[in-house]
This record gives sequence, structure tokens and C-alpha cells, in this order.
Amino acid sequence: MKEFSAVGKRIPKTDAPDKVTGRATYGQDFKLPGMLHGAIRYSDHAHARILNIDTSKAEALEGVKCVVTADDVPETRFGFYKDNMPLKKDVVRSHRDEIAGVVAVNEMIARQAVKLIKIEYEILPAVFNVADAMAENAPLIQPNRDSNHLITNTYNHGDVEQGEAESDVVVEVTCKLPYVNHASMETCVIVAKFDHSQNLTLWSTTQIPFLLQKDLGAALGMSPKNIRILQPTIGGAFGRELDIYPYHPIAAIMAKKAQVPVRLCFSREEEFRAGPQRQPVEVTIRAGAKNNGDLTFRDVSMTLDVGAYVSWGSTTPMVMMETTASFYRVPHVRFKADCVYTNNLITGAMRGYGNPQSSFYVESAMDMLAEKLGMDPIQFRIQNANQPNTITEQGLKITSCGLEDCLKALAERAETKLEPAAQPHLKRGRGVGGTLNVGGGARIYRSDGCGATVKVDDFGHVSLITGSTEIGQGSETVLAQMVAEILSVPVDDVRVINSDTDVKMWDVGVHASRTTFIAGNAACLAAKEALGQIFETASELLGASPDSLKAENGQIIAPDGKSVSLSKVVRSRHFRSGGQMVFGQAFYDPPTELVDKDSYHGNISPAYGFGMQMADVEVDTETGQVRVLKLICAKDIGRAINPMAVEGQIEGGAQMGLGYALSEEVVIKEGKVMNPNFVDYRLFTSADMPEIENIMIESNDPEGPFGAKGIGEMGSSCVAAAVTNAIYDAVGVRLTQPPMTPERVLAALDTKAAG
Amino acid sequence: MKKIISCTINGVKQELYLDTRKTLLKMLREDLELMGVHLGCGGGDCGACTVLLNGEPVTSCLVLAADCEGSEITTVEGVQQDDKLHPLQQSMVEKGGIQCGFCTPGMVMNSLALLRENPQPTESEVRHALSGNLCRCTGYAKIVEAVMDVKNLDRITG
Repeated sequence: MKEFSAVGKRIPKTDAPDKVTGRATYGQDFKLPGMLHGAIRYSDHAHARILNIDTSKAEALEGVKCVVTADDVPETRFGFYKDNMPLKKDVVRSHRDEIAGVVAVNEMIARQAVKLIKIEYEILPAVFNVADAMAENAPLIQPNRDSNHLITNTYNHGDVEQGEAESDVVVEVTCKLPYVNHASMETCVIVAKFDHSQNLTLWSTTQIPFLLQKDLGAALGMSPKNIRILQPTIGGAFGRELDIYPYHPIAAIMAKKAQVPVRLCFSREEEFRAGPQRQPVEVTIRAGAKNNGDLTFRDVSMTLDVGAYVSWGSTTPMVMMETTASFYRVPHVRFKADCVYTNNLITGAMRGYGNPQSSFYVESAMDMLAEKLGMDPIQFRIQNANQPNTITEQGLKITSCGLEDCLKALAERAETKLEPAAQPHLKRGRGVGGTLNVGGGARIYRSDGCGATVKVDDFGHVSLITGSTEIGQGSETVLAQMVAEILSVPVDDVRVINSDTDVKMWDVGVHASRTTFIAGNAACLAAKEALGQIFETASELLGASPDSLKAENGQIIAPDGKSVSLSKVVRSRHFRSGGQMVFGQAFYDPPTELVDKDSYHGNISPAYGFGMQMADVEVDTETGQVRVLKLICAKDIGRAINPMAVEGQIEGGAQMGLGYALSEEVVIKEGKVMNPNFVDYRLFTSADMPEIENIMIESNDPEGPFGAKGIGEMGSSCVAAAVTNAIYDAVGVRLTQPPMTPERVLAALDTKAAG
Repeated sequence: MKKIISCTINGVKQELYLDTRKTLLKMLREDLELMGVHLGCGGGDCGACTVLLNGEPVTSCLVLAADCEGSEITTVEGVQQDDKLHPLQQSMVEKGGIQCGFCTPGMVMNSLALLRENPQPTESEVRHALSGNLCRCTGYAKIVEAVMDVKNLDRITG
């Protein structure tokens, strides 16, 4: 195999020097001349009729420029079900509902002023769980619907009854998965500015600049062609800004009324209260297997509380359906998910989408089956593992597949037995959990593509203009490595331009572990086109055919050893009569399909990634405290374009997954967030983290750029499953409700002791 | 109420006329445009705004600027030496301790304080010293490795 010069290397992030010296300009740092600051007034009730809004005191406060309410804008609706509006006029449906906004000379005054807005309400009955929302005579949350039931997603293959009849062992477990928050270190921020011709420019921490153009157009009643979106350095996102949320149009409404640029920046509390959350789920899985260890069936039903307005949370059943139907080989599967409106929080996309949820219930059931069969949990999974070059019953075309290799790697590690704990009240256990994740996007729109231009200038400097978005994950570096590899130039010579909708070509957004794969393939195609132009001109200069040339260290070399520098080739092509520049362009849209809207069959991703993790835990049976001693992460990543970046994704995912397993939960009471800060919402710290061992399985994907598959989400998805299985191994109780806090562990131990 | 505050920031004497309610964080960001001081929570919980106040790490969102009269303050902008990265910064870059980078300035300042106090910290000491600095991207492994690596190379000069 050819030795690569840039691909496969542990190259530091290209933006790291600016970030480590405080030079990077984040959304929070962004300033414009004359810019004012906005703040939002939210609802005081979970469900109420707005009788009157008195803004006079806020307007009178010194430093306030203007106040905006729904009266300032045409009545527009946005969202998948057109159920949301920027500022609420007649009814508020949750505590996070935006009623008014203030623009002032600074954020402190704006925040003071929103408190001075006096709102009179008529309180309406509210519902805070699925059962109440579905009860007869439940208060209707969205007025244009017959009930609070939003949608049912069903999926079937085979015959579950037959599968159960053929089973020698059957297990059933009900799990409850919590709300959690993205908790990006930078909060949401946006700066909006109108020019004299009413063109809107936004500087935004969005993950979907092109979709946001369209959605904002709908929310503001203006044409998307008059909206330009720029993205400053983004301090983490993890799916948080994969949709339009009301604060986006509100910033524009403020800027329009104030006639100056306006900045709107969430406080940490707003991030918890008004931002989207990971979708909570209540799910029951029934699953079976034969005595020989073959899986027979899975039957899954779940309810999802999607809050008062629909965002991406309502589509997480699609992902959970995929895990249920296609992770391991199961001949008979039935799946049913009911999404229901309540007066709770908005649920959105979050790293792994529905995978942390589905991995939890599927892998809990797998361990329960293995125990009933008396089989080793890893060997049981190996027996049922997905295989390369197979098509699942759901229609997923699994090409590269390193699941069995991941499992075998863990089996090898498991040969080293756990040391017993030092004291008798400490019990140790080991558990595994896995995930099937899309490895190169997911076709949820008609296009899952990304555009790229590779330009080489007269000095040999290369620009990659890509539709993709950098949110801290390292896409700029990885894409630069691929382009540098193809053009045989140093990675430092490639600059990635990715922050302006007026400059870059379309991309669906940064989600579904797609950027390395989709934007990578687009960048490679564009770079190859540019290289073809370079060879064309170089062949004239070197007197050799284009096919015989090769690029090496910034030189184009002929078979006879003669060479010419890349920059000289570009200048020669450029500075002549009828001259041309070197630029390659490509739009890569993967060979995938939308799922059938009724049967949900279809191949939505060009590649699938597989990951397994093994957790060693120690449970304190006196306090209920669970300590993770070690986490071994075996991931099928196709190929590591940058192993250091891959490790970073897995280790960072582990932090998020461990929080999901053990410490993180957005606690809500009657629709209100009770713990909107980092003291009461506990992230894993450096002192809490266990040792992490990374095992990278390189399955070399046939469609992936240089064989790579996406890795952004997998690290977080299966941690909670591995931890709950490890707790069971340690103390013999099955925890079904993350986070598995000391209280919940003790309660489970008490129940077990009570028999 | 406003007050004149004199202090030395990144080695430069400054005299500022400030609202007495203003935090050190806001003074640094708004009045001096030291944007490497990041606001992650405003409650002292995340550590992104950590600076050195007379050599001690503090979360600048919890310190009033008016209380900094006569103090020496170092922010991440004052860490590099001439135009070269400080060895700690270099290590953070090379070891992959930076992803979105929002927590990075706070991590650098707290690590710097640790290494000045304890140039040979154990892994456990690094992990505990940084436990007030939250990171959502890296899982901390590479940050800890970066701080340990500075120790091993004994390159601390600042």
C-alpha cells in the first residue's frame, strides 16, 4: 500500500495555536460598530393565555433602545409541523416560550429590562407526561390538532409471534432514558444585522447554515436569498443547533426594529431552559434467542415526550428503529414509537441522536439473554454480529464492517480478569455495550450532499472552500490532510474556508457523523480535478504525458526525473494569452436513499460504523456510588485520517456517555428546569474520568475517503449500556434508568435485598 | 457608581474607570478586549474564564474588578513568550488537547498555576487541579497528557 504523507498522521488541529493563545474569535467575541445587545423574556407559566403585555416600564429604562413583541412581526410559523413562532402572541405552551425581547446598550440592562415587562396571563391546565397528555379531555397543546398525539412510527420485518414461538429464552425490560443537555462550553450566540437594502447578515453558532437560511426565511417572512449566514469559531455544538430555534428569528426582529446590529447570547441558564435537550424515552423491549445462541426476535414499543413544539427529538425513533432492526442479526423485529406533545421542553438532535437510548435498551436485553442462555456476553454478540457485505432486513447495505473485530478485541482484553476490590462492600464488575451508527451521513433530506472547491494560487497556496462546518471536532484539519495528500503539498499550505453561505457551496449541515465522509469525498473529488489541471499544464512544461506525472512535495515530476514546482505550473497556466486558473469543483452526494415513508426500509447511509465498549466498574454497596475504573473503546472507523483526532472524538464521547450513564440529568418539575447550572447538572470532570483505552479497527470502507468512516458520535453512544451491564455483573441488579445515581443504585440494591 | 481601578495586566499598567459592579471577566473582555477570557457559565462552575490574579488562578466571573486595585493579572494572551508559544501551550497543541477550544484558555491558566507551584505533578494531581475546568470535547485525556508532558520535558520557563 502507498505510504501516505498527510493522511493517517497525528497532525495537530490547524486552529489550535490561535485557540491556545486566545486569538480565535468565537461568536461570543464578535463585535460590530454600533452593535446593541438583546435579551429575551420567557413565559412564567407552562401553559397560559396571554391577556396583556405591558412594555412601558422596560421601554422607559435608561439604556433601552426598543422592545419587540409578536406585534412587531407578521405572524409566521416554522418548524417541521409549523407549530412554532418567533414570539408568542396569544398562548404560551411551555416555560421556555419567548414572549418579548429588549434591545439595550448592554446585556445587563437588556436583562434588567425584560424583567420589567409586565405580562398578564390566564393560566391554562397543563400536561407534563405522555400519559396525561394522552388522557381523554387532556388540554390540547397545539390548537390545530385533534389530540396531543403527534405521530406513530412503526416498523416490521419477519413475524414477531413466530420469532417468539421459536425462542427458547425470552426477556423483557422497561427502560426510562432522561433529558440531558449538550452543555457545549460556549452558549448559543447570534449577531444580526440588516443593510440598507434589507439584506440580513447573521453571525451564528449554527450547524446548518444553508437550512437555517431557508427556515429563517419562513420564520421572518422574507426570502432566503436575502439572508447570509457567517459562522465564527464555534465553541462546541453536539447537535444543539441542528434546527432553527426562536432565538434566531428574534435576533433578526430585534436588529430590524433597532436598525443597528444586535447580539443575542444565551446565559448558561438559558442554555438549559430554552435550548433543546436530548430526547427522553420510555421504552419496553422484549427479545428472544434460541438455546444455540441465535437471536430470534425483538419487539420494542416506546413513548417520546417531544415538548410543546416539534424539533429533531421527534425523529430519533428513526435511529432507534435502525438499532432495533439492524444491530446484530435478528430475523423478526417489530418497533412502535409514539411521539406526544406536552408542556415540557423542546427536544432536539444530540450527538448519537437516538443511539445512546437504543444502545441502552438493546444491549441491556442482549446481556439478559446471554445470562439466561448461560453464554459469555461477548461470544453471544460475536455469534450474532453483523457481517461485511450484507444487507439487513431493513435494507441497510453494510459494506465494511468491523463489529466482529471490535468484539474479538474486547474478548482478548477480557482474558485479563478484574482484580477484586480492596474492601468487601466494594464490588467490581465488567460489562460491554455496542452501537451501530451511520458512518457517512444519513439521508433525511432529498440531498445529503456537500460542495467543495479546491483552488491553487500563483504562490502554490491551496484553498479548500467547503460547505461543511467546523464545530471544534477537527474537520478543517482532516479535510486539509486529504487535500494535501492528493496534491502532495504540506498540510500547512492548505487553508480551509468554511464560514460564509455566500462563498461556500451547499451542505446539509454538520450531523450524522458525515463531515469526514461526505465533505471529505467532495474535497477529494475537487482536489483531483485541480490536480488534473495541474498535470495538464505541467505536461506541456515537462514534455511528458499527463498520465505519467506525479506530484511530490510541491513538485510535479516527470518519469525522466525532470520537475517543476506546483506554483510555477499554476503561474504558467494563468499568465498567458487565454490563461486559466487552477480550481477543481465537486458536489458529492452519497449513493443512498430516503427510507420509504411507510415501511421505513431503505439504505440511508453509504457506510455504517460499529463500536463496542467494555466498562470495568466498582460499586460501593454502602453508598451506591459507581466508579468506572476503565473504559475500553473498540471502534470500526474505516481508516483514521488523523488518529489523534479520532482518539479525541472517542475520549470526548466517553465523557458525554459517562455523564449520561452516571451523573447528567436535566431535572424538570411541572415543565420547569430545576438544575440549570453546572453545580446541579454534573458533567464528568478530569478527576472523575477513568482510564480510556482506544482500539481502532480499520475496516477500510470502499466508499469512504481513503477508506474512512465517520466517528463523531459513536464514542458517546454505548457507554451507558456498558456501564449498566457492568453494574449488573458487579452486584446483580439491573439498572434501567440512567443516570445511575447513588440513590437509584441503593434503591435497586434495597429492592433486591427485600427479595 | 464608578471608580478608577489601577492594575497591571499581562505586564502592562492599566488605569480604568469602571462601574463598581463590573466583574473582572467583563473588565477584561469589554474594556480591554482580552477575548481569550471566555464566559462559559458566569457562576464560577466551568473555569473557562480562569486568569491568574497575583499568581493565583481565579474564575474571573466571580471577582469584582474593583477588588483588583494594585493587582497583577495574567490572561491567556499574556502567556506566550515573545512570538513563541509557551511550552505548555505548545504541548496542548501537539498532544491534541484542544478541540472546540472554548475551555482551553482556562485550562492553560490553571495548568500554568499548577506547574509553577508543583513542576512535577502526578497524573492524579493534574486531574484534581483541573477538576474545576470543564471540557465537553476532549474527555480531558489529552489535556492531562499535555500538562504531564511539559513536566517530563522540564521545559517550564515562565
